[in-house]
Amino acid sequence: MKLSRALLCDYIDLPLSEVGDRSFAEAMTMSGSKVEATEILSDRITGVVVGRITGMEKHPDSDHMWVCTADVGEGRDLSIVTGAQNQKIGDLVAVAKDGAKLHGGLEIKKAPLRGIISEGMFCSFSELGQSLHEHPYADPDGILILNEEFNLGEDICSVIGLDDHVVEFEITPNRSDCLSVIGLAREAAVTFNKPLKLHTPLLRSEGGNAADLVDITIDDPTLCPRYTARVVKNVKIAPSPRWLREKLSASGIRPINNIVDITNFVMLEYGQPMHAFDLACVKDGQIIVRRAKEGEVLKTLDGTERNLRTDMLCICDSERPIAVGGVMGGENSEIIGDTAAVLFESANFDGTSIRRTAAALNMRTDASSRFEKGIDPNLTEIALNRACELVQMLSAGEVLDGTIDVYPEPKPELIIPFVPEKINAILGSDISSEFMCDALSRLGFIIDGSNAKVPSWRLDISPLHPHNDLAEEVARIYGYDRIKSSAKRRESAVRGGLSDVQSAEKLLGTVCRSCGYSEIITYSFISPSSFDKIRLSEESKLRDCVRILNPLGEDTSCMRSSTLPSMLETLARNRSYRNLNVRLYDFGRIYKKRDDGLADEKQILTLGAYGDTDFYSLKGAVQALCSALRISDLRYVAVSDNPSYHPGRAAKVYKDDALIAVLGQIHPLVAANYGVSDAMYAAEIDFEAMLGTRGNEPLYVPLPAYPAILRDIAVICPEDKTAYELVSCIKASGGTLLESCSIFDCYKGTGIPEGFKSMAFSLKLRAKDRTLKDSDADDCVNAVLKALAALHDAHLR
Amino acid sequence: MKSQLSKLGEIALSEIMGADTPELLESLRVKYLGKKGELTAILRQMSGLSAEERPIIGTLANNLREKIEAAIEENRAAINAAVLQKKLRSEALDVTMPATEPIIGVRHPMSIVVDEIKDIFIGMGFRIYDGPEIEMSTYNFDRLNTPATHPAREWTDTFYLDNESKTLLRTHTSPMQARVMETVSPPIRAAVFGRCYRKDEVDATHSPMFHQMEGLVIDEGITFADLKTLLHDMAVAMYGENTATRFRPHHFPFTEPSCEMDVLCHECGGKGCRVCKGEGWIELLGAGVCNPRILEMSGIDPEKYSGWAFGMGLERAAMRRFKISDLRLMFDNDIRFLEMFK
Repeated sequence: MKLSRALLCDYIDLPLSEVGDRSFAEAMTMSGSKVEATEILSDRITGVVVGRITGMEKHPDSDHMWVCTADVGEGRDLSIVTGAQNQKIGDLVAVAKDGAKLHGGLEIKKAPLRGIISEGMFCSFSELGQSLHEHPYADPDGILILNEEFNLGEDICSVIGLDDHVVEFEITPNRSDCLSVIGLAREAAVTFNKPLKLHTPLLRSEGGNAADLVDITIDDPTLCPRYTARVVKNVKIAPSPRWLREKLSASGIRPINNIVDITNFVMLEYGQPMHAFDLACVKDGQIIVRRAKEGEVLKTLDGTERNLRTDMLCICDSERPIAVGGVMGGENSEIIGDTAAVLFESANFDGTSIRRTAAALNMRTDASSRFEKGIDPNLTEIALNRACELVQMLSAGEVLDGTIDVYPEPKPELIIPFVPEKINAILGSDISSEFMCDALSRLGFIIDGSNAKVPSWRLDISPLHPHNDLAEEVARIYGYDRIKSSAKRRESAVRGGLSDVQSAEKLLGTVCRSCGYSEIITYSFISPSSFDKIRLSEESKLRDCVRILNPLGEDTSCMRSSTLPSMLETLARNRSYRNLNVRLYDFGRIYKKRDDGLADEKQILTLGAYGDTDFYSLKGAVQALCSALRISDLRYVAVSDNPSYHPGRAAKVYKDDALIAVLGQIHPLVAANYGVSDAMYAAEIDFEAMLGTRGNEPLYVPLPAYPAILRDIAVICPEDKTAYELVSCIKASGGTLLESCSIFDCYKGTGIPEGFKSMAFSLKLRAKDRTLKDSDADDCVNAVLKALAALHDAHLR
Repeated sequence: MKSQLSKLGEIALSEIMGADTPELLESLRVKYLGKKGELTAILRQMSGLSAEERPIIGTLANNLREKIEAAIEENRAAINAAVLQKKLRSEALDVTMPATEPIIGVRHPMSIVVDEIKDIFIGMGFRIYDGPEIEMSTYNFDRLNTPATHPAREWTDTFYLDNESKTLLRTHTSPMQARVMETVSPPIRAAVFGRCYRKDEVDATHSPMFHQMEGLVIDEGITFADLKTLLHDMAVAMYGENTATRFRPHHFPFTEPSCEMDVLCHECGGKGCRVCKGEGWIELLGAGVCNPRILEMSGIDPEKYSGWAFGMGLERAAMRRFKISDLRLMFDNDIRFLEMFK
């Protein structure tokens, strides 16, 4: 909402000289009307003054230029060379003096023009940033000739309305009443403690009766609770007077002609949108407010054919729609130069319906944006009378007596309890009830003992929470900043902290980073084509994901059932940025459909890497993560049938029977689908499963009292024997003395027969109660070798 | 023998002092002091001496032995020191050569800010709650006093998952207000962090997915003044001791009175600049006293309890903190970008 400070002064005595822009913005913001910006209209125009042409001669060296003299009230006439043709001696013009700045930053300098010094320039309205709308009487191809008397030398800005400052407000949706000059003036009056000067429109009787010419029916009172109209005949369409044009322009509304300008001006003042129909175009003088019928079409004032839907409200005559109610009028009933009689509409419409209609037609107008937030139905009549008063003031026509007002169900008054103690209890304040009464009264509430009558324009005050509503009113006028902080509330009766799960999540993040993986945050949505990209089978359950019915686009229409696509996309993108070695982790959710319409949102920790990395370093990271949660003795099972992973380089990770993770090299075909030709690695870790197998809190165990004996053995075995098989065999056969067993070498090649490999193990032996002898160790190693030979065809090298 | 000894002594000491390796020194020790050494050989001849001479020569020989031993030890220390010095010199490194740095991953800038804010709230006695992102409109709208016709409910604004508009992607973390009030009895101090979704096209300041935090306090006798106190404390914890805040009226369906909290612009100190768009203040969060209807709908008696709630956009907090100019960078995950925030 743009507010002209000049227009504001019609309602409250608050000149710029008394309250400057900054103080005004600050105070209004703090009392609840947030100021977004202040625009000084004349900002970039300086050094242009009113001057009178005192002499005019043909330029000796030009066939079209004139050498003029102009009196700018400085005692010496300026000599100005101009190419304009529409001026004559005695005209008042806008003179840009040496050093003047014009709209668009153009600077005027004293300079010779074809040999004759010009000490400035006569300006056209466009050089002052204005248009024919502001200057309907001006010659569009010539310089601006002022058609009123002004003092010579007066700054042009104050002459053409550019001395105004315009304040732009961000009005919250609950305060539609502030989308009007009067609404903001009321707020300003309370904020600056000044009287609000309200005006009651006065009309003189000019005879006739509107009801004889017009008949109004509301077919749908839900969408149109009230429709009020008056008729003006013998209309004389003309440009509006200068004061009206300037006030509209300053408020960001283009002046058109007197009738249209009046409706716009009343909308500015009261916040009540109005519409003017050419009465001659309203067939049979019938106004019917109804929903559009199937297939009805209306060409709106902007020249666009609109296909109306049956949920849209239309203003119709006896035959056809003539306006989209509350949004825009139709061309078929537009006010034009020869309009003789006008029907003024001032109606109240249902906000939601207007909003949906405007959105569906992609036609948000000044009117619709006011209606959609809701308007006081009491406004229709006073706004209509104000419009008619202006018609009489501007001699724009004769207002017929009588108002047609259809208001089937008048809105009841709202009376709510006013309890100062409750208000102080909500605020934690100690504000006197006198202050409260005064503030509320000035906002338009009528206080009667312990009751408050809510002003009809305050649609936001609800009987469901009256104390809180009044508390807000009182607090914002009192000043939020004046309410004192309450030190006693600093202590908490609740112990703060992370839950166990949250702490584990935090810990795993730390471990990921110590393993060299960096955190990423990826979108929760994926494209349905991702499932193909990661080569999921047609039957895969993951394809049955939660779908967004109104997505931004197909690419973001699925809530992810796998984190793999997000990770692979991110890896591929990093590679396209030519980042060489990349390790990433993503702690995000997947969404699994549930019967109740919601989803199981499982936390998945995804690792991804390419570059200086391999399967075993990825496996190391997974193991480090498990070990951070004290999950040991993991079981790795080779996976060759997961379509997303390399069939020979992928594994499932189990703790007992719980599947904790899948990890491996990404299948080259999947990598290719992401445009990557190098090896990419990923691990998908089920956080919940991990937590479920989390080990117990560690307890102290006495350090060993006796030394260990280390024995290394190397065996040759068939190459398909896995490390897991051999180590399990060693552990099973090693007896109680075998403390641990680790692999320190695996070798294939020269010296080893084809189809075999050499595996070397380091065995650590220890007894709890004595120092072991060599013979103990020999026994153990022999037992191990025997078992390896018998069970795995593995023989000492 | 006397002269024999003194001659031996002269030669031995000069040889020993001249030795420059541990090996040579050892061979000299053997040569003079060993079982078959020269001094030993001389001493063996002592049996042929008179009883008067023997102790004299004996003393001389012993003195000589000690002298030689001392010389060997002295020189050994010198040689060892020289050897060590040579070794150390040969081991010298170019300390300006590149280090072998362990690769340590980094946190996403958003997480850095989120972790900080979590710590602040935990310190103020808040518990952290997580909630569903796929939510019922009941929790997302109805239970927050959002009118049935509110524009935010439109399909143009909110992502829906069913045709009856019953399930959706939560548009804010506020549905957790109702969920927490349902499951936790007062006193409540809850903070919720998480993803939210709104139907905004991606650009430098918008994203269909974003992060929010929610705070909720419910207890007996909670007032607007309490809200001011704690939120100001939070701003001080986030931005430092001299942080100035202001509370300005605003509107939310679920709080009444509602406000927004601004912090004084750190760039210009309130004079007005590009960062604060000339206002001198930067908007940080929205807050307000819980609308009693919200408590009532979640089964908390508004006559007995009251509370306040606030919500804050985390992308903006992170972007402001690190002066990140484009929201898209936050979800692009370019490792070069991420590694800026070590």
